[in-house]
Amino acid sequence: MKYKDYYSILGIERGATAEDIKKSYRKLAHKYHPDVSKDPKGEEKFKEVAEAYNTLKDPEKRVAYDQLGSHRSGEDFQPPPNWNRPSGDAQFSFDDADLADLFAGLSGRQRGGPGGTPMRMPGEDYEVTAQISLADAYAGTEVELNLTVPERDKQGIVRRVPRVFKVRIPKGAKDGQRLRLAGRGGKGMNGGRDGDLYLNVALLAHPLFRLSGHDLYIDLPLAPWEAVLGATVEVPTLGGTVRLKVPPNTHAGQQLRLTGRGLPAPGGKAGDLFALAQIVVPAAAGEKERELFKQLAQDSTFNPREHFKSEATT
Amino acid sequence: MKSEHVEAVWLTEDARFSLAELAELAGIPEAEVRELVEYGAVLPVDPDAPAWIFDGRCLLTMRTAGRLRVGFDLEPHGVALIVSLLERIQALESQMGSLRAQLPERR
Repeated sequence: MKYKDYYSILGIERGATAEDIKKSYRKLAHKYHPDVSKDPKGEEKFKEVAEAYNTLKDPEKRVAYDQLGSHRSGEDFQPPPNWNRPSGDAQFSFDDADLADLFAGLSGRQRGGPGGTPMRMPGEDYEVTAQISLADAYAGTEVELNLTVPERDKQGIVRRVPRVFKVRIPKGAKDGQRLRLAGRGGKGMNGGRDGDLYLNVALLAHPLFRLSGHDLYIDLPLAPWEAVLGATVEVPTLGGTVRLKVPPNTHAGQQLRLTGRGLPAPGGKAGDLFALAQIVVPAAAGEKERELFKQLAQDSTFNPREHFKSEATT
Repeated sequence: MKSEHVEAVWLTEDARFSLAELAELAGIPEAEVRELVEYGAVLPVDPDAPAWIFDGRCLLTMRTAGRLRVGFDLEPHGVALIVSLLERIQALESQMGSLRAQLPERR
């Protein structure tokens, strides 16, 4: 079993008082609690901190932890003989047990309800994030979740075992939407309910489409003459390429709406795809093009800054 | 290794949970959930109904409330305050994301 130094995780001395432990925990919780922290590793760090705090704040667990002695973090070690071991089991091994699970088990076995009946404890809930592409959100997909979950063995000791779940993500997932898989979390103890598995769907950024709820936005670059004269252009959508009629005199920034070409939404509806017109010019115009533009510059009466004259003085 | 196919439910406005379910799934005592409703942290589908029913988003909010309650050792009033502020931040972030989607990208 790997040793974890709960005191150093909380940044306190071994002789710290209960008040010191609480203070230090609160400081670290502010920094790493996943609901308030922006640290991408916050959740992982908070788990460590909470595990350390949950053991050290409880005087009984703290004594049991101190009895394990002091080791280096991550060092393999065996608890001393008879340390909280299932009685009469000479073959018992702690090798693949997790320290946190041992302490969780300690409260489950020792703290009984009235009349010594063991307390019902619900199983742990798991939260997992699945990153899927926009194409998968559009069509629906299946994701495979590989989890390592604590399960009780015959001796009642918790072991980490690998589990694989295949979850169907129906089409039309929005970014940040959650799925609940009832009863797929940790096993409940003493008649407590099994925990749930919560799946957070995160949509990966797409090189062309930007997402707003179920609507999609795409930049539509147009040549100056296409914007003036109008054109029929091919536009990619998640369901394949479509032909879009760009009306004459299209301005930069104008939105052309392709109804129902966004992400599918509940109730059989779908978001829209908006093509944002952009007027672009060639990086380096050729000789002939320059000539034609010069001609246009001479002949045109168009002044794009007309309003400057009247509005600058108001 | 054996893999399991499992059914999943979207936690959206279409999902439904009773008060007891909400309390159990969020790990918050029912009395405290009632208090959190009073402080406006979540709103039942019909607040005047004799038995409150909540939608899937309420479960997500209550689970956040449950984590904050334990993680920071907070009273229901403090939890309700943080949860409402977090939701405001989330709504603003989502609005910002939508507006950003409408801006042309510079190439």
